[in-house]
Amino acid sequence: MSTKRVYLDYAATTPLAPEVLKDMEPYLKDKYGNASSLHSFGQEALAAIDEARQKVAQFLGCSSGEIIFTSGATEADNLAIKGIVERYKIQDTRYKIHIITSAIEHPAVMETCESLNKEGVEITYIKPNKEGIVGVKDVERAIKENTVLVSIMYANNEVGTIQPVREIGKMIEAENREQRTKNKIIFHTDAVQAINYLDCNVDHLHVDLLSLSGHKIYGPKGVGALYIRKGTPIKRIQDGGAHEYGLRAGTENVPGIVGLGGAINNIQYFTRQSFAPQNLGGQASNIQYLKRLRDKLIDNVLKNIPNSQLNGSRELRLPNNANFSFKGIEGESLLISLDMEGFACSTGSACAAKKLAPSHVLLAMGLSPLEAHSSLRITLGKYTTEKEIDKFLEILPKIIKKLRKISGATGRKSSSVPKESCFE
Amino acid sequence: MGKIKNPDAKATVGNPVCGDILTLYIKVKNGIIRGIKFETLGCAAAIAVSSVITQMAKGKTLEEAKKINPQKIVKELGGLPPIKMHCTQLGAEALRKAIENYQKKTL
Repeated sequence: MSTKRVYLDYAATTPLAPEVLKDMEPYLKDKYGNASSLHSFGQEALAAIDEARQKVAQFLGCSSGEIIFTSGATEADNLAIKGIVERYKIQDTRYKIHIITSAIEHPAVMETCESLNKEGVEITYIKPNKEGIVGVKDVERAIKENTVLVSIMYANNEVGTIQPVREIGKMIEAENREQRTKNKIIFHTDAVQAINYLDCNVDHLHVDLLSLSGHKIYGPKGVGALYIRKGTPIKRIQDGGAHEYGLRAGTENVPGIVGLGGAINNIQYFTRQSFAPQNLGGQASNIQYLKRLRDKLIDNVLKNIPNSQLNGSRELRLPNNANFSFKGIEGESLLISLDMEGFACSTGSACAAKKLAPSHVLLAMGLSPLEAHSSLRITLGKYTTEKEIDKFLEILPKIIKKLRKISGATGRKSSSVPKESCFE
Repeated sequence: MGKIKNPDAKATVGNPVCGDILTLYIKVKNGIIRGIKFETLGCAAAIAVSSVITQMAKGKTLEEAKKINPQKIVKELGGLPPIKMHCTQLGAEALRKAIENYQKKTL
């Protein structure tokens, strides 16, 4: 085991920024009041939540009354999708509700849709192109008169591809003006991976609902938020007290919420100006910095490792994401070999997950199961150094070579493998 | 680990959908497995299973080697997480098939 570990899995989670921890500390110690309490202990907690809500609202360009804090993005996605369906079900029970989503969503959205599907909700899964991008026209064509919700992620968590959310939002707005559907179509986006790097202004994106998470943006785990555009018909899915404008019952996670506010405020400070090219430079060049390291990584791997390919669009991808497939390699053994050298990455191979099917994202993009099993995701973050990337580029080819020796192939054809049943 | 150039028999099992593909090569003399090697495209558990099977089978008679089952492989490895248990089935299957292929050939 290498003495110094290198973390290259920022899409899985990010470390807590020291300044965010500092913001949170008082609320883990002396300021322990329940924000619902009327006394001074409660009021200081409430004030802290209000301030954090302001920060999130400012980042998204909405009013603070449109932000609901949750336990994370999974809960935010559940609230968004089930909350809309529940409300529409109550409004009109005469027809089946239809939802459009993509085939590359995070399980938080996909499984929520699956579970609604079992209850009789109709779901259309839009396949991406082979670059991992969902087409606006494909979404438009899927709209039916019973469509009530469209949920398309902003940036994919596995391949980092950026979806045309703004264009889909505008298209849905136009559809709603035409009033061809029985109900107004609500547009939701899971923006978890996008918050650090893309413009998340909700009016710019033309979204009604947007989910985000604290622990992907150098904030704490166990906290997230859902933006709900004023006037959106939604029903709470967790019953209890009247917290969060009556939409999410449960005592607020005050230190977590404060941390989320601090973390999102840092993004605004460090990188948001960089959306305007003239503002690049100084702290705001974080995105450019990551892009440069990422491109170095991609160019080097494709050049120096034979039978390797980049998964997902090269241009329309997050500045911190690289996702490769290596022929003749199984992702989990690659992951473990890298871990033994101190590098932390991720894979779309089934073996690494708690299931047997490989990445649904890579399969939806048209990769074969073998290619999907051979994938490696490397995601960088603001603490990644060039030295770390250089070290990684030195180790990776050696490990690939070793594993290809074990597998006896630089890429077996699926056809050469007997059609055995999968042992489950 | 690796290929045997002129094996007396070999067997490939697996399914690209599961992600694991395992080939076993055997050399047999007087009914005893004298040489055995593997090539495995698979996760760490599948590679470990392949490796331990070659250790377990070497020097055994064909009949003894056929009795190597998933339970024995897990015991030899000192346990495996539930999600990886199918790797042992894959390994045992490869060994059984390689032996069967040999026996069919020499009938």
